[in-house]
Amino acid sequence: MPELLTTPAPTDPERRHVPGEYGIWVFILGDMTLFAAFFGVFVRDRARQPAAFTESQATLHIAFGAVNTCLLLTGSLFVVWAVQAVRRDDNAAARRFLAAAWVCAAVFGLDKVLEYADKVTHGLTPATNDYFMYFFMFTGIHALHLVIGMVVLAHLRRLCARPVLTAANVRTIEVGASYWHLVDLLWVVLFALLYLMAG
Amino acid sequence: MRVYLRHPVTVVWALLMVATVVSWLLGTHHGTSARAATVLVLVIAFVKVQLVGGHFMELRGAPRPLKALFTGWVVVVCAVVTGLFLAG
Repeated sequence: MPELLTTPAPTDPERRHVPGEYGIWVFILGDMTLFAAFFGVFVRDRARQPAAFTESQATLHIAFGAVNTCLLLTGSLFVVWAVQAVRRDDNAAARRFLAAAWVCAAVFGLDKVLEYADKVTHGLTPATNDYFMYFFMFTGIHALHLVIGMVVLAHLRRLCARPVLTAANVRTIEVGASYWHLVDLLWVVLFALLYLMAG
Repeated sequence: MRVYLRHPVTVVWALLMVATVVSWLLGTHHGTSARAATVLVLVIAFVKVQLVGGHFMELRGAPRPLKALFTGWVVVVCAVVTGLFLAG
């Protein structure tokens, strides 16, 4: 029945809801601003040496990046489903969805390790040139975000093992979910900038 | 299961996956119009971010100032990144 998946956020102006808490949004918007600076610097530097950047970019396996993007997007879907499950008191389903999201993240992590190993064994490191400095630095910082995200997801899953979730618990889950989606959205832009730019 | 498949969030996810594949194709098969393909790739990326924010992060139901800050970031960063690319 469709009502099992109630739309979580009310659109009635009187009942607008901050997902999680204000604090996480200060962090999210701040982090997005930091990454915006990264994005700007990368594109500006690319514009100064497009041929060099394009040549370096050509060593990437775009499939790695595309699969990774799909993994994080799917992880986000699982996290949304987990939050909806929590709201209808189906903690067991929430735990399953959080585990599935964690697996998506883990595969992304594994993929990244394989990709880095592939680069390094071909002599491509952050010291190679500007493109690879940006590539390793930005995907590396993002990977740190992802690892934190995995710890968060595991914590949320443990939380959902409790027989009863308080309102504070639910807010914590929303905070964790919001953080997870940040990890996803940052990668979406990184994929476009690092793997797909041409001309 | 059908309920999950028809739910708006699942539809958004499917759109995001399609957009990812489209971007992948644009990034690898841009032919002579590499600059146009890249602009499209960049815009698609930020549209995806907006979708993640609106539907996954539940900003559609959030207080307007928060929505505005997020959407503002999307619009400004997209414009700056695309502008820097085109200016090069």
